[in-house]
Amino acid sequence: MKVPVRITVNGRRFEHEVEPRLLLAHYIRDLGGLTGTKVGCDTSQCGSCTVLIDGVSAKSCTTLAVQADGANVTTIEGLADGDALHPLQESFWDRHGLQCGFCTPGMILAAYELLRTNASPSDAEIRHGLEGNLCRCTGYQNIVRAVRDAAAQMAAADQ
Amino acid sequence: MFAADFDYYRAGSVAEAGQLLAQHPGAKLLAGGHSLIPLLKLRLAVPPALIDIGRVAELRDIALEGGGLRIGALATHAEIARSDAVREHAAALAEAAGQIGDPAVRNRGTIGGNVAHADPASDLPAVLVALGATLAVTGQGGERSIDAGDFFTGVMMTSLGEDELLTSVRIPSAAGRGTAYVKFSHPASRYAVIGVAASVALDAGPGESVCTDASVAIGGLVPGPVRCSAVEEALKGRAPSGEALAAAAAAVAQDLGGDLLGDVFASADYRGAVAPVYVERAIAAAAGRATQA
Ligand SMILES: Cc1cc2nc3c(=O)[nH]c(=O)nc-3n(C[C@H](O)[C@H](O)[C@H](O)COP(=O)(O)OP(=O)(O)OC[C@H]3O[C@@H](n4cnc5c(N)ncnc54)[C@H](O)[C@@H]3O)c2cc1C
Ligand code: FES
Ligand code: FES
Repeated sequence: MKVPVRITVNGRRFEHEVEPRLLLAHYIRDLGGLTGTKVGCDTSQCGSCTVLIDGVSAKSCTTLAVQADGANVTTIEGLADGDALHPLQESFWDRHGLQCGFCTPGMILAAYELLRTNASPSDAEIRHGLEGNLCRCTGYQNIVRAVRDAAAQMAAADQ
Repeated sequence: MFAADFDYYRAGSVAEAGQLLAQHPGAKLLAGGHSLIPLLKLRLAVPPALIDIGRVAELRDIALEGGGLRIGALATHAEIARSDAVREHAAALAEAAGQIGDPAVRNRGTIGGNVAHADPASDLPAVLVALGATLAVTGQGGERSIDAGDFFTGVMMTSLGEDELLTSVRIPSAAGRGTAYVKFSHPASRYAVIGVAASVALDAGPGESVCTDASVAIGGLVPGPVRCSAVEEALKGRAPSGEALAAAAAAVAQDLGGDLLGDVFASADYRGAVAPVYVERAIAAAAGRATQA
């Protein structure tokens, strides 16, 4: 069985006939051609596949493409505003919040979710908010710094 | 990992979901998918079809009704954790929902899927038992409601029929009582190694307040949630603090019996030994809220 799905990814509308078992992660990577979204553990544990579905974070390895039919999906490629990086992207760069970069797309979108629900988190809240995302390189310290900086910049920009 | 092939149908209403279930024997309902999709990917479940109820708007609401809460089966863990109504009338449930997995899991997982899946390591079953919840279900035989205490029948087993759909969870208001959920999380999966829910009423008289009624349930280390009647009995008429509380919490050994679950991370013996600590903490937290009420 194939099912028609229409998904808007980063503002661009896609229409495909897909097998219902197709995961959103593979839909984005293979049919959308957007490989920023990573599949790490493939078992819902590591968060490297995190995307936003209608603005809310989700693990795309544990979501079927058919479940996102009609939705607006944002991946790491859709976070920048043209050439201007999102403050979270800037601060991950400035603060060395990444080494190999594999966890980074998911980490940034999980941080986006955190700041959406809590605009000025404490360090403990940042760690707690990123609980579903694993990084095997950085030891997390610089990730926490990057999120803290981005929150401050975003708050300043809002004033 | 790819699931085995399956057909997919989307239900627009509860009635339509019921019809689709009747038309497709062996089909599985799909809510948030955060228990089912991992099973499909591991091919531990190979249903011929999924019936997606994720968009049935009538199952989403959280409402106050007749002095209690009615929580639609599709309410997500995140919605429950931040709902003012749930925090006020069933604080233990909001507390448990807010500790499930991680934020992305809470955004998609639902209360209905959590209880229908009946994983022993889930958080919500013990809470619903302690709060005296009833589960509203509908199927070909019509509607019925099941006490949470009778719903969970074993590891991933419930009294839900093949053709039945869970529509809502009803919880009497705990206003005036104190409720709490305390959890020992698995450090990697964040599922419950031990989870204890307590609902406590205290007398309002002068002097040291004593417990007039308690309802306590434990999960994580047992096949399904266990109501702790020995603990409840030992608490009655006693102050929920100090030695009286420790003695009451120790009675959980009687409630649990000998058949405990264990794994490489936490053996059955270890869980059994630590359980009274979590029972004590849950009751103390609940009692703290009752006195404030
Ligand atoms: C990484 C990760 C960590 C997790 N950590 C925890 C945790 O710490 N604590 C915890 O409690 N849970 C945890 N979970 C499980 C999570 O809570 C799931 O969301 C929940 O168990 C299932 O809800 P769902 O909506 O995703 O259901 P689904 O996966 O869609 O369905 C689960 C089962 O329930 C059935 N079903 C669904 N809805 C209904 C209904 N309305 N009526 C009848 N049957 C129905 C389905 O057919 C299926 O058999 C975790 C999951 C993941 C992936
Ligand atoms: S790849 Fe999805 S959580 Fe790891
Ligand atoms: S930067 Fe390598 S896994 Fe995080």
